Amino acid sequence: MQTQELKNVASQVRRDILRQVHACQSGHPGGSLGCTDLLVGLYFNSMKLAQDANGNVVFNMSGANEDIFYLSNGHISPLLYSILARRGYFPVKELATFRQLNSRLQGHPTPHEHLEGIRIASGSLGQGLSVAIGTAQAKKLSKDSSTVYCLMGDGEQNEGQVWEAAMYAPHHQVDNLIAFIDENGQQIDGPTEKVMSNRDLEAKYKAFGWTVLRMDGNNMEEVVATLAHAKSLLGQGSPIMILMKTEMGAGVDFMMGSHKWHGVAPNDQQLADALAQLNETLGDY
Amino acid sequence: MKFTYETKKDTRSGFGAGMEYLSQNNPKVVALCADLIGSLKLEAFIKNSPERFFQTGIAEANMIGISAGLAIGGYIPFATTFANFGTGRVYDQIRQSVAYSGKNVKICCSHAGLTLGEDGATHQILEDIGLMKMLPGMVVINPCDYNQTKAATIAIAEYEGPVYLRFGRPVVPVFTPENQKFEIGKAIHLIEGTDVTILATGHLVWEAIQAAEILEEKGIKADVLNIHTIKPLDTAAILASISKTGCVVTAEEHQINGGLGDSVAQFLSQNRPTPQEFVGVNDSFGESGKPADLMKKYGLNAAAIVEKSIKAISRK
Repeated sequence: MQTQELKNVASQVRRDILRQVHACQSGHPGGSLGCTDLLVGLYFNSMKLAQDANGNVVFNMSGANEDIFYLSNGHISPLLYSILARRGYFPVKELATFRQLNSRLQGHPTPHEHLEGIRIASGSLGQGLSVAIGTAQAKKLSKDSSTVYCLMGDGEQNEGQVWEAAMYAPHHQVDNLIAFIDENGQQIDGPTEKVMSNRDLEAKYKAFGWTVLRMDGNNMEEVVATLAHAKSLLGQGSPIMILMKTEMGAGVDFMMGSHKWHGVAPNDQQLADALAQLNETLGDY
Repeated sequence: MKFTYETKKDTRSGFGAGMEYLSQNNPKVVALCADLIGSLKLEAFIKNSPERFFQTGIAEANMIGISAGLAIGGYIPFATTFANFGTGRVYDQIRQSVAYSGKNVKICCSHAGLTLGEDGATHQILEDIGLMKMLPGMVVINPCDYNQTKAATIAIAEYEGPVYLRFGRPVVPVFTPENQKFEIGKAIHLIEGTDVTILATGHLVWEAIQAAEILEEKGIKADVLNIHTIKPLDTAAILASISKTGCVVTAEEHQINGGLGDSVAQFLSQNRPTPQEFVGVNDSFGESGKPADLMKKYGLNAAAIVEKSIKAISRK
């Protein structure tokens, strides 16, 4: 997909995020909007996904011979749900059920409700990287050359399990893994630097044995180019970490530059103001 | 029926033997261990299948997550460590990444309970059955001797879904048949009797057999069942026994709160209210000591089962 097409998808996904969160007056729009460009770049450009003869994506839990993405910071679920629906894993209109009773679109992602595209429950932070490493090792054991991706938050780096996983992956040469940290600099109690400083994540991951790249996570050209570069570095003995600077609320001017929209839903007027800034490129559900 | 034994072995060696069998007979089984290969008796598995073994170091949370990831990739991970570190320490990882996510992970833990001995209460978990049985969909198994632990290890590889397999450190009598077939959730009727039902699990099964012999000398006939699977509980077998005896003693190397007896009481109170006595640890931590001395001090042996049986009968 060309960069302009990816940007069009991202615009629609941002509309989906806002409309999901608005409808149930609950959820996490800030981080979802910030990571939209990455997930569009992955699912609509970089990832090799299992497809049927007609080119439609098909979901298999094992993900054998296809690339797999794990969302560790599960609270940005409205983003993942929109991406999966727009990519064809389940009907787009199901986005209207987000966080409602009897929905498959739980507040945080789970395979418990058999939603196509979800392989693990996440949202209890710090667990996704371990799961991604396990699946990457399963792929190696099965002689499956596809790639495993995992996104974490920067606040999530506070969790001790992240560092257990960070130590394990290079030791076991898990070099079919590309992980990301969303460096939006915010967590619930305030700026990450103030709550619990990550200091120098690049130095930390390098010291653990990772290959570390950086990118602007809200620049689609850079996202696409960095993903391609990261893939070229696979299979060389080290897992790859991409430190991704993003802006919470990216794409909606009044949601950017603040932590205010981490877990707050827009009201009717705010939704209208936000949607006015985002083109309806693929049709609202 | 009279039970005898020729040798004493540790149940964890039964686990090791089961893993050795699986290394040769089930290519989907992979093993993980958090720096306790010798304690878990994994040497033979690793020798036979080095590529299917993953050393996680002393990082149990990561081990559970990696196990979930391996399960997604189509493997059958056996995640192993001491019971304290494989359950309580990583409860949320098991809850989120294994149980709620419905992953085919086998959490296999040695050194459960007081019989871990001299290391003391920091390592003697007595809450693990309760923790694991509370998780929806989790199977909880506590086999009684070497042969049964080996059979259970082989059986859980064939079962699709999360399992907690609990075993121990000390050598105990090997009295169940070699190469037995293990049926998850199916209690084993050991001794026929009509006066009192004794439901025992794990190391307490042998003690229950000893108790039944002592009771018989007193003219009391105990009906003894080996409840190797705490969840799902074999309620049909329990009901059948209680219909004959009218009272019950449960025996386990675990807190009374949350253990086998707790599950039995919950079932009986709704289906057939029955006088019940509990052999288990009564809301306390353990301490350092020799296994047999600890079991005596905390009332987890044949003598305690005899005493509770007589009390249960008196309440009929």
